[in-house]
Amino acid sequence: MLTISGHQFSSRLFTGTGKFNHSTTMLNSIKESQSELVTLAMKRVDFNTGLDDILAPLQQLGVKLLPNTAGARNAKEAIFAAELAHEMLATKWIKLEIHPDPKYLMPDPIETLTAAKALCDKGFIVLPYIHADPVLCRKLEDVGCAALMPLGSPIGSNQGLATETFLKIIIEQANVPVVVDAGIGAPSQACRAMEMGADAVLVNTAIASSAKPEIMAKCFKQAVESGRQAYLAGLGDVTTNANNTSPLTGFLNTSITGG
Amino acid sequence: MFSTQFNQLDIADLSLTLYSSTAKDVEKALLNPTGNLKSLMALLSPAAVPYIETMAQMSAQLTRQRFGSNLGLYLPLYLSNLCANECDYCGFTMSNKIKRKTLNEAEILAEIKVIKSRGFDSILLVSGEHETKVGIEYFSKMLPLIKQHFNYLALEVQPLTTVGYQTLVSQGLDAVMVYQETYQPMTYAKHHTRGKKQDFNYRLNTPDRAAQAGVEKVGLGVLLGLDDWRLDALLMGHHLAYLEQKYWQTRYSISLPRLRPCTGGIQPKVLMTDLGLVQLICAFRLLNHQLDISLSTRETPELRENLLPLGITNLSAGSSTQPGGYVEPNSQLDQFEISDERSVETMVEVMKKQGFNPVFKDWQGEWTAHSC
Repeated sequence: MLTISGHQFSSRLFTGTGKFNHSTTMLNSIKESQSELVTLAMKRVDFNTGLDDILAPLQQLGVKLLPNTAGARNAKEAIFAAELAHEMLATKWIKLEIHPDPKYLMPDPIETLTAAKALCDKGFIVLPYIHADPVLCRKLEDVGCAALMPLGSPIGSNQGLATETFLKIIIEQANVPVVVDAGIGAPSQACRAMEMGADAVLVNTAIASSAKPEIMAKCFKQAVESGRQAYLAGLGDVTTNANNTSPLTGFLNTSITGG
Repeated sequence: MFSTQFNQLDIADLSLTLYSSTAKDVEKALLNPTGNLKSLMALLSPAAVPYIETMAQMSAQLTRQRFGSNLGLYLPLYLSNLCANECDYCGFTMSNKIKRKTLNEAEILAEIKVIKSRGFDSILLVSGEHETKVGIEYFSKMLPLIKQHFNYLALEVQPLTTVGYQTLVSQGLDAVMVYQETYQPMTYAKHHTRGKKQDFNYRLNTPDRAAQAGVEKVGLGVLLGLDDWRLDALLMGHHLAYLEQKYWQTRYSISLPRLRPCTGGIQPKVLMTDLGLVQLICAFRLLNHQLDISLSTRETPELRENLLPLGITNLSAGSSTQPGGYVEPNSQLDQFEISDERSVETMVEVMKKQGFNPVFKDWQGEWTAHSC
């Protein structure tokens, strides 16, 4: 079981709510994924009219909600979004996302660390979305973040684990769960992240933008499970040479047997 | 400022190169279109016409990956049709003998009531260009009143100063739309014969001023048909590339209005066909994956439906282009005639039927105010 801040999850696949064409598709996909933690953008939730088509169905589904601060361009805006989430959704869990760059939506490490500290001090359970930067991860852990969410590649790009080298260092060093977030475009990539020892992955675009989101959600579920099992079973070492069962010194064994 | 860079461009040479593009140039451009102005040139050229289906496929796929099924909905709110400019293509032009009207607070609130009842949360404030009667004083008086009702507020009025934009940003202004109409100075001078709008460079530098003032999104546009649209679009691409490079924290959008009939108006110099419009939308999507592309009610219902998957990200529905037009339609103060008169409910159904998710709310207004 995966535990984040005392909360247990049997599924290691986290999902999102953006980009779906219909709330029914979104709900069916989440069901197929068996995800228990689902993120949603606070900027999109309409608390005033009560006509929101994202929040109400999710609450009915019974998954744990992870509100996010997408759209925030600095620490102040993100803190405001987290407080709004706490007030409206009665949760202290927050996925901290700060991207001042509207082109590649790159997370801002400086503002994220500032906001993470402020929010942790206020008792929030902070899951920051960040570059795969091992030092930043150390610092975020130091200020009290409950998990780390380094990116595999630019958000929504489906480029997979472009940051693999750094993800490995982060996974090796972290004392809190590591959730690989952003850029995972195929089940095989999610599987790879889990084989490397990631505690979980978050996938949204690859499911929501698929022609058949429900099927894709199920594929990701299976890939994450396989990857986790493979990690636990222990993958063989990768070597450059073939490692056959008849090494050069085999004749010695033969002679011993023969002698 | 962009005018410095723009004035160094050899427009005649660009035009020549654009029209000399070959099928080979287009094929090369399709392999490397992102952020590449040379590729944009080829994709806007007549040589790209046989490749429009390929461009449309790529554009639709890129748009879906970036924006998912989301399509943003907004509505224009016309505040005034007073104008101190003479522009021969516009219904608000100064010499036009139409009833002039500027909304007061009570009238604005009445309009907002209708707009809110239709579910909109993103508003585009529009006016003619009348510096003394509908200037920064008027806008800064009305903006806080309007912002209370909308999370996202955009402005399409005369170019303002950097300080003017800063004032409005502190009151909740999110976006500024300022269209150059044409990037070809001779044509510009021909169509703008009186008023401040005659100053080509001041208008050209308006996106710089808005971005410097911290406006979140800046919208560019050309009035397609005033001159050669391929060349105008290419020059707009240069403008966009300059802005993105310089103001990396700003978001950008483009609008692609075609010249429409209006009271006392002119006929387009260069006719822009539906095929041309598709080529233009797709070329810009291939250039820039994250660009907001807006579709107006100037286009017919059939065309709008067909354009939806090709790269569009935002559209209006049930628009009125006259001050006070939501409370009292048909008062004949329109800026231009709209072609798609369907209500927002109908449009929402159309969008859903095509597999799109209509998005009314995409921002939380207090966040911006809080960060000031």
